[in-house]
Amino acid sequence: MSSATLPAPAAPVLPDAATGFRRCDTTGLSVCLAAQKFIKLNAVAAVVFLLVGGIAAILLALTRWQAVHLLPVDWFYRILTLHGLNMLIFWILFFEVAVLYFACTIPLKAQLYSKKVAWVSFAMMLTGALMVNTVILQGRADVLLTSYLPLLADSKFYLGIILVAVGTLIGVYNFFATLYFAKRNRTYEGSMPLVTFGATAAAIIAVVTLLHGAIVMIPTFAYSMGWIGQPDPMWYRMIWWGLGHQSQQVNVCAMVAIWYLIANLSTGAKPVNETVCRGAFVLYILFINLASAHHLLVDPGVGSAWKIWNTSYAMYLAVLASMIHGFTVPASVEMAMREKGYMKGLFGWVTSAPWRNPAFAGFVLSLMIFGFIGGITGVTLGTQQINIIAHNTLRITGHFHATVVGGTSLAFMAVTYYVIPLIFRRDFIWRGAARLQPWLFGGGILLVSLGMSFAGSLGVPRRDYDIENAGIFGPAAHLFLGVMGIGAITAVVGLLLFVVLCVGTILFGEKNNGRAMADWGTAKAMVGSREGSLAHDHWAMKGTMALTGVFLACFAVYYFANWKALADVWPVR
Amino acid sequence: MSLAIPDRDWYKAPAGAEKLWIGLALLWCFVMSVMMPYWHFRGKQNSRGEAYAVQPASFLERTEKFAAANKVGERNGIPIVEPAPGGDAYLIGRMWSWFPILKLRQGETYRLHLSALDLQHGFSLQPLNMNFQVLPGYDHVLTITPTSKGEFTIVCNEFCGIGHDKMIGKILVE
Repeated sequence: MSSATLPAPAAPVLPDAATGFRRCDTTGLSVCLAAQKFIKLNAVAAVVFLLVGGIAAILLALTRWQAVHLLPVDWFYRILTLHGLNMLIFWILFFEVAVLYFACTIPLKAQLYSKKVAWVSFAMMLTGALMVNTVILQGRADVLLTSYLPLLADSKFYLGIILVAVGTLIGVYNFFATLYFAKRNRTYEGSMPLVTFGATAAAIIAVVTLLHGAIVMIPTFAYSMGWIGQPDPMWYRMIWWGLGHQSQQVNVCAMVAIWYLIANLSTGAKPVNETVCRGAFVLYILFINLASAHHLLVDPGVGSAWKIWNTSYAMYLAVLASMIHGFTVPASVEMAMREKGYMKGLFGWVTSAPWRNPAFAGFVLSLMIFGFIGGITGVTLGTQQINIIAHNTLRITGHFHATVVGGTSLAFMAVTYYVIPLIFRRDFIWRGAARLQPWLFGGGILLVSLGMSFAGSLGVPRRDYDIENAGIFGPAAHLFLGVMGIGAITAVVGLLLFVVLCVGTILFGEKNNGRAMADWGTAKAMVGSREGSLAHDHWAMKGTMALTGVFLACFAVYYFANWKALADVWPVR
Repeated sequence: MSLAIPDRDWYKAPAGAEKLWIGLALLWCFVMSVMMPYWHFRGKQNSRGEAYAVQPASFLERTEKFAAANKVGERNGIPIVEPAPGGDAYLIGRMWSWFPILKLRQGETYRLHLSALDLQHGFSLQPLNMNFQVLPGYDHVLTITPTSKGEFTIVCNEFCGIGHDKMIGKILVE
């Protein structure tokens, strides 16, 4: 081959593999290829566990719906254990590791610290999760998610959980190392973006959480092997909830970071005030770890002062953080929309918002369900004395299906409508069905949550195979369990649709290499509008003020109604 | 934008509506924080967590002694036991029953001792919907005053194995 036939080697465009980066054809951001690979791996694993948890969910709902009462008793508790671990631990942790790898690389133009570490983390998490699921399905761990001592599972159950926890910690280590080298190598100047900041808050809480997990699970594992005596059941409860509750705050942080991300991608929203948004994340880190006390409010051996101090989170400062995000997230969307020219009335910006964008619809539903249902019920049920009329009833389950499922899971699904086109570089198949999916899932979960909450108010216990044996639950309780059942069917249809959409797109979606992703619908600026035109108007978010005013009124009514309900039961101290 | 590096001078005090909302939210958090100590001193329903260490075997012995001394009847082979007004009452949770059936008087106050012999159980008194945790090794004492008459059902609401849903007890109030 003669040199004449070769093109001139002027300014060679290095292939992606040589630089370790590619330029995103939609956003223009530099995408670290190693991070991209592990985002894909972790996200796919997450969706597989979501599917397992979703199949379990429908079996459970159709059993607790007494008119159907599908499963036999042993399989009910087995599937309940499976559901809890796959949904609350595996789906969420794998997705969170994907979120962390995204947040520490792409917004910072940084390279993932180590592929080896990422492999070790992923392999440990996957091995642990498969071990746990195998042991559960073999019927050797019918102990539910909490596995309260003296209930005892096969030692492989605890070992699997320890593997998942340590694997996650290793992933978190990769995240922090990436942040450190990005800062040291000056891949960016100044402060990290808000989404990365939120993810960092999540990672810090995750470390504290997983250490609690190690403290409680290692002795329990040792006990299950017969190496040591039985740990105290009250000690177990206290430390276990340091894991169980705090891990939900990791979800909250990741979810809020995703809210900011989707608001930005779909409407161009940016924080009204960076200080306020970041300050709220710091409040989570500082105060959320006391929240595990919520689960011990009617326990023996822990006194009133301890319960009140921990329940008030040192004066509810973590609740304050959520209320701040509840304002700043919609306010940022409203300001962006108003600056684009949608100035009509209080809610003109809402009606003109890109509702056809499934990511946007999912994010708004997540925000509303998390705030109005999950947040209000959570703070109220976690009030020291009010817990007497709520502990271990379906009210609790109703609460956390609004936070973790309607809030976190829906936000994770919503962001996937961007993750697959941008990271897997394929446009979604069945776009009409995708636009419907968040409404199916969100609407279904809303019914599940309300059905559970009302049934729980009538005293129906959680984690109970058959309420007929008590002989006291009437038609109202059965009606609400039916509402829960119908909601569960709707939500699981939404979940299966989500899985089909994701798998179908990854396999058969049209490749979008070399062009921008197909737009789901983003808010367009009107003629004559100008970005930044409202930057100095601190009262322009009138619709958000109205919404948060309604929120506070609902909160106060629900809160004091519960005190009234408490005042009606027998005096006890 | 939330994905971009913020401007160098991003540190700004909150202003306008945002500042108002933070103030309102803080005030509401303060109200909620004050409600709990207020109720602790002025309200009638509190969970103080009064508890003493106890071996399951010795709690069983105490309860059996209490049941034998105060038995007033029997239902389905389970004794109905009426403690002295103002006195101690004992209730055992075990796989999968509550022992014994208690008979209380309206308006009288009792010290109700709850403990478990095997696993954790949940004391859920229906239809009042009052719920307390019952642990092995802990004598959980509730100072309780029935203010309504009738037959009340105790549902176990902490998972305790395959017969969990059949673990039903009774408290009778006259």
